[in-house]
Amino acid sequence: MSALTAYARTLAAERQIAQPVASVRHVHVSDRPLVFVPLQLAGEANAPLAAIVGSDRGTPTVLTVAEPRDRNQRFAFIADLADVILPYIEGYPLGTREAKNGNLVPVAGDAPQLIVPGPAAVAFTRLLGRSARFRRTDGPYAVPATVPLVGRWLSFYSERPEVPGSSLTLVVTDALASHWATGQSPEEDLNLASILGWIAPPPGMTGAEAALLAEDPVRCPPAGPATDPTFDNEVLEGLIKAVRAARLTGGGSGRIRHALTEELRTQLEPTWERMWQAVDLLRALRPGDHVASRWERDCSAFARYADWARATGLPQPKHDGAVQASRRLWDLEEDQRRFAAERAYDDPLVMAEHRMSGEAFAGTVAAAEPTRVDASGRRRVLRPRITVETGDRVVVEPGTVLTSPARTAQEARVISVEAGERTLVTLELQKGMGQSLTPPPGSVPELGERVCYATFNLGYQRRPEFPPREETPWTHGGPPAPYVPPDENAQEAWS
Amino acid sequence: MTGSGAQVPGTEARLARIRGRAMPKSHNARTIAALASNPGCARRAIMDAAGVDKQRLAAHLGYPAPFGQSRFALARGNAFEAQLKADGAAQILHLLRENLGLPLEQAHYIDLDDVGGNPGMDLRHARTRQLLARPEGTMFDHPVLRLQVGGRHAYLEPDLIAVQVGEAFRIVEIKSFPVIDGQADGGKVAAAAIQSAVYVHALRDLVGDDKVHHETILICPKDFSNQPTAQRLDVRKPLTVLRRQLSRLTRIEDLLKLLPEDLTFDLDPDPDDKTATHRRDPETLKDAVSQIDARYAPGCLSTCELCYFCRAKSSGQTARLGQQALEDLGGLDSIPAVLGLASGALRPSPERAEATAVLRQVVALRAEVFGREPEPTPAYPEVMGEAV
Amino acid sequence: MTGAEPVGSATLAERATAGVLADLSRVNQGAGRGVVVDSPPGAGKSALVVRAAGELAEAGERVMVVAQTNEQVNDLVDRLATDRSDLRIGRLSASDYVPAERVARHQTVTVSEKAADLADHAVVLGTAHKWAMTGVDAARPWAIIDEAYQMRADLMLRVARLFTAGLFVGDPGQLDPFSTVATERWTGLSWDPTQSAVSVLLRNNPDIPVHMLPVSWRLPASAAPVVSEAFYPFTGFRAGTTAGERTMEWNTRAFGMNALDCVLETAAADGWALCELPALHTLRTDAEVADTCAALAARLLQRGAVARSELGEAAVTASRIAIGAAHRDQAQAVRAALAARGVAGITVDTANRLQGREFDLVVVWHPLSGRRDATAFHLESGRLCVLTSRHRHACVVVARAGIPELLDAHPSAEPMFLNVPAKFPDGWEANQSLLVHLSRHRVRAA
Repeated sequence: MSALTAYARTLAAERQIAQPVASVRHVHVSDRPLVFVPLQLAGEANAPLAAIVGSDRGTPTVLTVAEPRDRNQRFAFIADLADVILPYIEGYPLGTREAKNGNLVPVAGDAPQLIVPGPAAVAFTRLLGRSARFRRTDGPYAVPATVPLVGRWLSFYSERPEVPGSSLTLVVTDALASHWATGQSPEEDLNLASILGWIAPPPGMTGAEAALLAEDPVRCPPAGPATDPTFDNEVLEGLIKAVRAARLTGGGSGRIRHALTEELRTQLEPTWERMWQAVDLLRALRPGDHVASRWERDCSAFARYADWARATGLPQPKHDGAVQASRRLWDLEEDQRRFAAERAYDDPLVMAEHRMSGEAFAGTVAAAEPTRVDASGRRRVLRPRITVETGDRVVVEPGTVLTSPARTAQEARVISVEAGERTLVTLELQKGMGQSLTPPPGSVPELGERVCYATFNLGYQRRPEFPPREETPWTHGGPPAPYVPPDENAQEAWS
Repeated sequence: MTGSGAQVPGTEARLARIRGRAMPKSHNARTIAALASNPGCARRAIMDAAGVDKQRLAAHLGYPAPFGQSRFALARGNAFEAQLKADGAAQILHLLRENLGLPLEQAHYIDLDDVGGNPGMDLRHARTRQLLARPEGTMFDHPVLRLQVGGRHAYLEPDLIAVQVGEAFRIVEIKSFPVIDGQADGGKVAAAAIQSAVYVHALRDLVGDDKVHHETILICPKDFSNQPTAQRLDVRKPLTVLRRQLSRLTRIEDLLKLLPEDLTFDLDPDPDDKTATHRRDPETLKDAVSQIDARYAPGCLSTCELCYFCRAKSSGQTARLGQQALEDLGGLDSIPAVLGLASGALRPSPERAEATAVLRQVVALRAEVFGREPEPTPAYPEVMGEAV
Repeated sequence: MTGAEPVGSATLAERATAGVLADLSRVNQGAGRGVVVDSPPGAGKSALVVRAAGELAEAGERVMVVAQTNEQVNDLVDRLATDRSDLRIGRLSASDYVPAERVARHQTVTVSEKAADLADHAVVLGTAHKWAMTGVDAARPWAIIDEAYQMRADLMLRVARLFTAGLFVGDPGQLDPFSTVATERWTGLSWDPTQSAVSVLLRNNPDIPVHMLPVSWRLPASAAPVVSEAFYPFTGFRAGTTAGERTMEWNTRAFGMNALDCVLETAAADGWALCELPALHTLRTDAEVADTCAALAARLLQRGAVARSELGEAAVTASRIAIGAAHRDQAQAVRAALAARGVAGITVDTANRLQGREFDLVVVWHPLSGRRDATAFHLESGRLCVLTSRHRHACVVVARAGIPELLDAHPSAEPMFLNVPAKFPDGWEANQSLLVHLSRHRVRAA
């Protein structure tokens, strides 16, 4: 957040319609995403109640559980879900590519994309994956082989939203909120119907009016996973009791089960429509320049996990060990740094936030010595200088190395900063100008050119070495026992 | 410590008038814990002190509260608790011994609810005090505790067990949210901790500070099962917050001084109507409620029954846009003022010059990016003195 | 705690140090793997590091010393080389490191970017980042880790391959390390990499003894009890000097005292002053607060002050003054305000960057000044602790009125997690405690 976003919210409140806070799209939207909207039974620990899922807008699959508190029915639900999700994932084949060191590394040309309504759906998916991935296909409480398999994929996909810049799992309310500011609070933006109402109200309605209607659970059933308590008490409870009674009396429960499914469908279908509406809204935005390369990294992450899972046959452990945790933290922080820089380089509106904070400035080239040569060292080197005139607040110190979105390979060292009504910043350039002492055309900003310089860059940082897990030091508890997946079937007592 | 200062004569009467003919809403640990959220809101402070039924009030105002409770959640909670307390709380005893390694030699379970007849709260509280003093008990269920809240006694009937471990009691709190792989929802744990702190505080009032441990025990279902797991909770931090909040509640008198003598939220129940129709004109009720300043923030949406009413009344205020926006706008609290200062239609007072300069910069940057001049904003009167 | 005898303090401090050294030799004899020493502000942490390094080296141990910044390493090298001219000392550095004058002047110090070059040196010092990049062939039996509470556990994981036993020294009251990514995935794990090195160490090795240095030699008698009560409620410490031993006097008299002079007089007399501006919700770069901070420092320099202490008497020059703030943009605003007044040489920085530093007088921009709400960041006790514990003579806090009401309206309501030890002090409590104290030294400006 920044004054820019805060002002956009104010403007949205005044104009009764959401205002853009990004000038390009920063997320990847697949041509064929898998939309997943789960519902859970209130009060229970991750008991699935229903879901609407599919990769085709016109033919969603609705899955329901008549007795969510029954263990067998829960896993039957997950098996049904697997029948939708696994074939979808198998539609994205893996290949291999030879790395520099000669090893074959797994690659994927494209990857499955999961789209869920909000952060609560991610949390639900994570637990659903957790409850399924350790299940066994033999012994007591055996489940079909697809259950632990889909559990592993759900676990993988539910972890991706924490990776900055990843679009493998698209969380719709977050994606919308990072492109539009509404005239309400971030807390209220978590309601899918509400934020969508602000961005794209139905004809004849303002965004504010649409958002208000979105809070009426009868008109807009919640996007889940929590259901509307009134629906629970007035509709669901009776039907679940009726199904149970029919089963106990040995009568056919088919008709009641059908009624239950239809009621749950009314709760799910409006959200299904809104999910695709949101996908359309995002698709309509022009993608930022780095969206494609980030998606490539996502595809690699998908391929690496798929390959690991296939090779080991193991479910992901419950927790990271000490080494894995430290390594992951390093990766996440690096992803965060790069994503922030890429967003700003791709989008002048995001860059504007950095200009306000003094981490970047933009202006015009007021003076240029494109062929300046530094002869002070052993070798004569090309070191052009330019002076940028800017109205932005400049807080960089001489000596700082800056980068411009227009010439990311070039380094610009601050020589002097002359503050005044308009600030003059003199920069010395190196790299990105070829080998000769004459810079190729366009490699040095020209007089009068509009330029922008930032204190952050897109440079790739190599992950440092971490000890292997067998050498976890004593400060962190020493080497952990070798990983053996827990036998949840045997250990976990269910009611 | 607990704001037990003598009530200024008349305060109780004023609060009763504000409440009207309705029965005062009694406090429980949840409502006392809720006092700690948004304590800066005078509207809420007075209503809570007067025991106003905010849910009913909100409904009559035409802004029913957005909270409902699913019966599935209630059923699950009740079933879990019943399972734990069955057979003289055998499962709890087992957990405390095995899971937490507490040295409980003998198990003696006493249900304090089991008093026979229909005695008043005072009597039941006295019985609690008497039984807790006896050395032979180990586990006490349903103690009746008492707390000074805003100068009045509030009785608490927690579904909890106080367990005597060595010299000190420990509060055992049972919750039905799951602990999965050793971790639980941070908001729910915090809410449980502050409720436990309420009980620790009240129990200390009864048996002495050093007789109640600051570490309480939280029992929840483990993973996806119905099997219980016990966790230790250090409630020292919530206790300090609670103490300070309770001591602040005595300021009610100061708040009352600012209000008209005849202020009331009485809903005018129809005495002849069995369905309890309320005849109060919602418009006069709105006026009455609006007499007390509110401090609306989006956080109210999850904690206060009056939230939709207060939100509706706060239109045009930057507080609606969330805490971060409010901060980024430099404390300007009116939306028209923000837009007026940003567009130049309003002149800033000297102390708003800085916030205005930032807004002007925002407008210029947006114009640069969107490639057009900032849109005209409706002209506002030049009164940027201190409306802001 | 007031009126502690200096002699008593010295004895107390020496006893604590002896206790630490005794535990180190116990570890050397195979009992346990480490010792933790909590050091409140100015309690002689560096002296302990230097002494322990010397004694271990004397006992024939090869020691690596880990500090968090190059400046800290340089300081320790200088002190160790000065103290122990009998030791060969290595300064492990990055390839682009230019030895500071205070390092280069010692004949016994070798600077190298390769640990192998320093293998035969008794003590080798370097930053944590440099050690983390160093191969295991540079491993040593002993490590002394300085500012261990500010080191993140993930960095410790990479450094800990290099030593068998460790002395971990730091100030638990200062700022915790932080991460730029938000994740709860490791919450409650004993090796949560976002925690400090010491919390992870102690959770995995609960038997490691924790010592506490009991005497602050930096904080004056006016400050030690206040800082101790607010930020070290369970351990506590005292000042090494008595009330009369530290004084600040003016070279000139202020005619027709204005508000600034009143603030400075109060600070000189009491050791504390709260300079209170009218209540207003502002941007966090509140220009009036920035200017008041600058004006106070400028006025002090203009009038000229002399600081007398147990170390002697010296003018309070610009280099002996610091202005501390919570945010970088606030520090920038203060620098601009100083520049506008033509004042140079005063240190202006954020709490993070003032950690470990010491001045005669510190002006503090109160983190809650002008705010409409109190977030966890602004309530963090470590931030306020750093800012109010850098001074030898006096501390001036600049704030807008209304902070007590702000605190009342925002009790800490953070989420709580299982298996995460409660951290004390609570930022909200610490803020309340300090405010109560400051209100006794309040001067209303304007």
